[in-house]
Amino acid sequence: MDIAQNILLTIMTAATPLLIAAIGELVVERSGVLNLGVEGMMVIGAVCGFAATILSGSPWIGMLAAIAAGAVASLLFGVLTLSLAANQVATGLSLTLLGLGLSGMIGESFVGSAGIKLASLDIPVLSDIPLIGRLVFGQDPIFYISLILTGGVAWFLFRTRAGLTLRAIGDNHASAHALGINVLKIRYLAVMFGGACAGLAGAHLSLVYTPQWVENMTAGRGWIALALVVFASWRPWRVLGGAYLFGAVSIGQLHAQALGFGIPSQFLSALPYVATIVVLVIISRDRRLTLMNTPASLGQPFVPDR
Amino acid sequence: MRKIVFALAATLAVTAVTSALAEDKYKACFIYVGSKTDGGWTQAHEVGREYAQEKLGDKVETVALENVPEGPDAERAIERFARSGCGIIFTTSFGFMDPTLAVAAKFPDVKFEHATGYKTAPNVTTYNSRFYEGRYIIGQIAGKMSKTGVAGYIASFPIPEVVMGINGFLHGARSVNPDFKLKVVWVNSWFDAGKEADAAKALIDQGVDIITQHTDSTGPMQVAEERGIKAFGQAFDQIKAGPTAQLTAIEDTWGPYYEKQIKAAMDGTWQGGQSSWDGLKDGILSMAPYTNMPDDVKAMAEETQAKIESGELHPFTGPINKQDGSVWLKEGEVSDDGTLLGMNFYIEGVDDKLPQ
Repeated sequence: MDIAQNILLTIMTAATPLLIAAIGELVVERSGVLNLGVEGMMVIGAVCGFAATILSGSPWIGMLAAIAAGAVASLLFGVLTLSLAANQVATGLSLTLLGLGLSGMIGESFVGSAGIKLASLDIPVLSDIPLIGRLVFGQDPIFYISLILTGGVAWFLFRTRAGLTLRAIGDNHASAHALGINVLKIRYLAVMFGGACAGLAGAHLSLVYTPQWVENMTAGRGWIALALVVFASWRPWRVLGGAYLFGAVSIGQLHAQALGFGIPSQFLSALPYVATIVVLVIISRDRRLTLMNTPASLGQPFVPDR
Repeated sequence: MRKIVFALAATLAVTAVTSALAEDKYKACFIYVGSKTDGGWTQAHEVGREYAQEKLGDKVETVALENVPEGPDAERAIERFARSGCGIIFTTSFGFMDPTLAVAAKFPDVKFEHATGYKTAPNVTTYNSRFYEGRYIIGQIAGKMSKTGVAGYIASFPIPEVVMGINGFLHGARSVNPDFKLKVVWVNSWFDAGKEADAAKALIDQGVDIITQHTDSTGPMQVAEERGIKAFGQAFDQIKAGPTAQLTAIEDTWGPYYEKQIKAAMDGTWQGGQSSWDGLKDGILSMAPYTNMPDDVKAMAEETQAKIESGELHPFTGPINKQDGSVWLKEGEVSDDGTLLGMNFYIEGVDDKLPQ
């Protein structure tokens, strides 16, 4: 039964960076801002996390550096789209391009360096429980952070006053402004939270998933995270379900191939995308509910009248 | 009036001199599919370019463009190089084949070299490396080293080059262990460290104890190191990623070829329409040090390598059956290059259905 545990661990490792990046972007979009730069912030987080780990010798410092780097990158996006009201789609796309290029430059001297893995939890006795020991008590720290983040964001958005304010801004920034809420300040905070999460997701790639730095190592995971947010109709627990479903089908198709079922591999490779989209679309088929969850002023710039 | 004529003449002279100076340097250009620092395929080409630049010195200017996607973008990138005065252009990925030919037809005076393809033209030559020779050797090592008798192969795309590698590996393994089995997983990507690592984990969970890959990242090597099994490096020595896991690596050494071809292009002896396919004996391919294995396995690997280099052994020598059991090569029969370059079938023992 060790195999089942191994497979589940692999699935969770594959899903964790998607989940973290998507949860961050969910908060950003709930505040009415569309940041398409997730991939770019993630890859910057990955390279800064790796570089700081090598330079300091501690993956924990690397993780913090990745979070900070993601937040700084998102701040750049914030200044352009919030203070200067630039087009969010164009700015987000440029942030991705910038991130991919900049990370290649920062990381050039770190290619091929042996990485240091962020150690997994290892509690005597508990981690050795058969079947579930390593799943519950033996994973990497970022995995636990991802679950705390999901729960925390769900609680914050739907159970606190500040969360209500944030959602109000996302639905109608003009009314929120009229109520005396500082729209831009809250959007800045949301955007930076999203950036920090993307940076952390990148750190998961370069410190846990494959502890190394190679250019473009995010390989499109930022885009998958973005898609998850939309298909999960901006609901945190659905994002979690979507990320795990995507991870499960991605890993499952590799096992199906290794078992030699004779299903065309191109079809299997496309399966995670197809399955995740289909399932999330079916869950969100109630149009009224979906509309209610969609931040109504998503992507629209807000310029306070003076 | 006379002054104006003088001025014009002087300008002309200056332009002539500067352009002559510029033409003094022969321009050789490279198009890469990945990044120069990928630790695999593209980095091997970049090392080759640097080697040629160093050997040829001031007479040549080499320029490289990295991260060029295969497809229509490639054609634009190649055409830009052709317009910018490149004398010879190396396009270093299989998917650049048709774009290279399209641009070559428009620029008959520019010389083109395409890596790993099979289409040539009067100004297009192809070059390739007999990777399967290295694959045969690592297959033999796997056959000796594996306890479960099953190896895992992480593959990129079902093109002849990759299929040939899978067959070469398995045939090598079966030459020392006739019951050897091979599981193949296609990741449909050349470069995705995470996905390649996941594929390695899936294969290990299903009982393989040796991993080899035809993808470009060091992800699988790291997983092998972590799980305590053995693996082979791809295109580049990956010993840093797997100090106790890497048995050896197939290393690409393009430098001497690039030097030779650029030199030929400069002195006018370059020929189009050729297909160069060199192997271990020419040094375009080499094996990283044999490590983490017992001495007898190492001796066997070295002996096989020597035999291939001397021409005594061709890895694809019969008897070899196809996957369905029909005969491909009879006893002692050696495959011709054409069949290898267009290989679209598995040999017996591959536990996978070839994607068509």
